[in-house]
Amino acid sequence: MDAIQLAIEERVAEQHRHHGKAQFFWVWGALLLMTAIEVFLAYQNLQPVRMLTILLALSFVKATLIIGYFMHMKFEVSRMKWLTMCALVACLALMMVFFPDAFRILRLGVR
Amino acid sequence: MAETALQNVPSVYEPSLFGTYSKKIGMWLFLLSDSLTFGALLYAYSYGRISTPDWPTPFHSQSIANATIMTAFLLTSSLTMVLAVRASVFANAKAQRLWLLATMACGIGFILLHAAEWHKLLAEGLTLPLFPTMPGSASTGEFANVAKTVPQFAATFFGLTGMHMLHVTLGVIYLGIVALRRKFIPVLFVAWLAAWLLTPSYSPFHYGAHVLLVAGIVCSIILWLKPKVYDSSDVEVAGLYWHFVDLVWMFIFPLVYLMSAKIL
Repeated sequence: MDAIQLAIEERVAEQHRHHGKAQFFWVWGALLLMTAIEVFLAYQNLQPVRMLTILLALSFVKATLIIGYFMHMKFEVSRMKWLTMCALVACLALMMVFFPDAFRILRLGVR
Repeated sequence: MAETALQNVPSVYEPSLFGTYSKKIGMWLFLLSDSLTFGALLYAYSYGRISTPDWPTPFHSQSIANATIMTAFLLTSSLTMVLAVRASVFANAKAQRLWLLATMACGIGFILLHAAEWHKLLAEGLTLPLFPTMPGSASTGEFANVAKTVPQFAATFFGLTGMHMLHVTLGVIYLGIVALRRKFIPVLFVAWLAAWLLTPSYSPFHYGAHVLLVAGIVCSIILWLKPKVYDSSDVEVAGLYWHFVDLVWMFIFPLVYLMSAKIL
């Protein structure tokens, strides 16, 4: 392995050494709490669209915590953060192009 | 001679654009592509749900409780995984191995609970045409009715959760190799034999067990070609994969289970 790779690995390991254990337990607790809230909401007989909105919002918060802290993205350089996350969100958003067709089927039926 | 000379000069490559080592960038690129796979499956599930007015909500409180415990297992496994990464950067090999084994234990707990859930659904009649018929499974009743009237439900449910279960299984194997290296290979083959021989022939897991055989062969070849002691960067990269399977479940759990909970 070349020297630059080894130097970068050591620098990343050094970053990890500065992170306290406590923050990981806080994130874990927050994730469990949000899961409990989600299960509670599932039995509140909310309107499906409202429930979907709340559940997805909570899922995005949970995903942000996992990517940011557990996957260490919060501590990466901004180029890494923005390029990877923007690419992912853009590609996933493009897949929404199929949803109008699902609503069309709902309205008109399948022929 | 020229090669020897080249080994002694500092690298001529430029430093990483992303400020981190190439293994980690490689894993991130894989995870980005894999998230599109899961994205497509989740969108297919949502498409089916939107376009089907009588979409079933078949999950009783027992299934929801089971899925909640599975979620807790995965979240706890993510915590033990970051503790394994932390132990590895402090060069604490014993703690690293213990945390990795704890992560694997949580992953195995998740797989077993998920398999039990699948078995229950199959016995109640929710099945796919490609699955063998389970003797004594209900041909009438709520789930059998769902399989007949809304086949998209079973197709998207088994497709999505099966793909996720496959990822968790491969994750457990990956962590096993990082934690135990060659010692994990016989464990893998024993697990394959046990899963194959102990599951009945009508169970999808009877054939699914061969994933362990294929993984055992691939891991044996990799360890034979490139035996090495895994360092903190390898543990961190394995951790990225493990957190990803946890992350995907954070969307499957509310969308598939909670949005289809049966409220009496």
